[in-house]
Amino acid sequence: MKHFSLILALLVAPVAAVAQDENVVAGLSQNTVAITANFSGSEILIFGAVERQAPAPEDSILGVIITVEGPDRGLTVRRMDRRYGIWMNTEAVEIDSAPTFYAVATNAPLEDILSDVEDDALDITINRAIHAYYIDSDRPQDFIDAVIRIRENEDLYQTLEGAVQVRSDTLFDTSIRLPSNLVEGDYTARIFLTRDRQIVADFETEIEVAKVGLERIIYNLAHERPLIYGLLSLFIAIAAGWGASAVFRYIRS
Amino acid sequence: MQIYLPIAEVSVNAFLLLGLGGLVGILSGMFGVGGGFLMTPLLFFIGIPPAVAVATEANQIVASSFSGVLAHFKRKTVDLKMGFVLLIGGLTGAALGVQIFNLLKAQGQVDLLVRLCYVIFLGIIGGLMFIESLNAIRKSRNATTTVPKRKSRGWIHALPFKIRFRTSGLYLSVIPPLLVGLAVGVLSAIMGVGGGFIMVPAMIYLLGMPTKVVVGTSLFQIIFVTAFATLLHATTNFTVDMVLAVLLLVGGVVGAQIGARIGVYLKAEQLRILLALMVLLVCGKLAFDLLVQPSELFSIGAGGGH
Repeated sequence: MKHFSLILALLVAPVAAVAQDENVVAGLSQNTVAITANFSGSEILIFGAVERQAPAPEDSILGVIITVEGPDRGLTVRRMDRRYGIWMNTEAVEIDSAPTFYAVATNAPLEDILSDVEDDALDITINRAIHAYYIDSDRPQDFIDAVIRIRENEDLYQTLEGAVQVRSDTLFDTSIRLPSNLVEGDYTARIFLTRDRQIVADFETEIEVAKVGLERIIYNLAHERPLIYGLLSLFIAIAAGWGASAVFRYIRS
Repeated sequence: MQIYLPIAEVSVNAFLLLGLGGLVGILSGMFGVGGGFLMTPLLFFIGIPPAVAVATEANQIVASSFSGVLAHFKRKTVDLKMGFVLLIGGLTGAALGVQIFNLLKAQGQVDLLVRLCYVIFLGIIGGLMFIESLNAIRKSRNATTTVPKRKSRGWIHALPFKIRFRTSGLYLSVIPPLLVGLAVGVLSAIMGVGGGFIMVPAMIYLLGMPTKVVVGTSLFQIIFVTAFATLLHATTNFTVDMVLAVLLLVGGVVGAQIGARIGVYLKAEQLRILLALMVLLVCGKLAFDLLVQPSELFSIGAGGGH
């Protein structure tokens, strides 16, 4: 029994000591993103500092990982193949949830500052943020890779290794660009500090992305009063059609 | 100028949309087609989600068709009686088509079927019209003295329930126009278009209506079928994007007015051969896409019911 508690103390002590040594405080340039009629994307500045009770350890490098994640949605991913001479969808798989937006920025290559175990536990890299508990396919990873590839092309998924600037081992900042094709909802920003590829501190905050003004009114009307919305759309269409005709008649006469 | 579309949830250039609307509007006014078969694929191409593109396009067609039909009303080239008969068939067909569409959707492969529909119908109609109008032009050039042959009175004229369509100068059973309306209604619901490009040739070749009347009557009928489709989409799928529709229709209605006036100066054969060429062009592009390996084999769709 004595031996056991000694071993336990030895195991826990260094971890606890490290965990309490460093802490993270951070802020964002904005906590809300308003999607207006001329919204063409937004840039969020994320900055913070490492809080220490003691001097920074010199035997290991500080890792700073910042993630910004959009609301999760289920997906159907389809693969095309050639059948009877034409290209058609032949295989479809369901992915339980994938973030509609995901950016991960770091101050160093990810494998140097983050262990697979930690990544697995906290879903830090894009690959881990996509959840598919069961994919009915011979090559499931192809489908997940396809989602990442397609969304990376649309700037919806970003892996920005080296994009976090760290000054004097204490201050850090980065900026994350949100593209124009954003989905509304609560976005989460997370900041992780690592030492020896282990997470020693973390911080989490929300970013609210919402349509405002006319965009909001139209969206709400379309979903809450669909019949009125549909009739209004038709009215606008017919009025515009009549208006153009009247204007042209006036011009000609 | 970038503008964010509230329902489509993407940001696009407003002038691009105005331009597209105008271009398709001109064609719509000239040929009496809603232009959906051109616009819907174009909207896919600039990144509008397919469901939103199809629904919003229906709304835009209402506007450009309305604008176009007014010009035709003024010239008295709308056969209202024929229009109403076609419309009865058309609305029934559209309701049926939506049911078929949902059935196909449940089995997957709806994309492929829509594309195949496009290729087959555009190919057949474009090809037939092209050959026919080419012959007509050649005939009018070579043999100016030939007496026009009397139209053969086939099985269509043996059907009961005959009505006199005075504007078209026809004495015809209501059954063929009802069936034409029904068939076009089904196809337009499945393909997400007004159906003018099927309706126009069907009226000319099946019903034997004069080309000048066909355009206005087709537009008249299309207004109601697409208005019905817009309401269905708006209330069941919430996919009509008002901002997108307004931008497209501002360009579209102006284009339709210009197009209707250009149409007056063109001969019927010329009008038909141009429409045939355009239909064949779109058909060729769609067929090409089906036959050539796409650069991205994977596609992402909305999740199934979880």
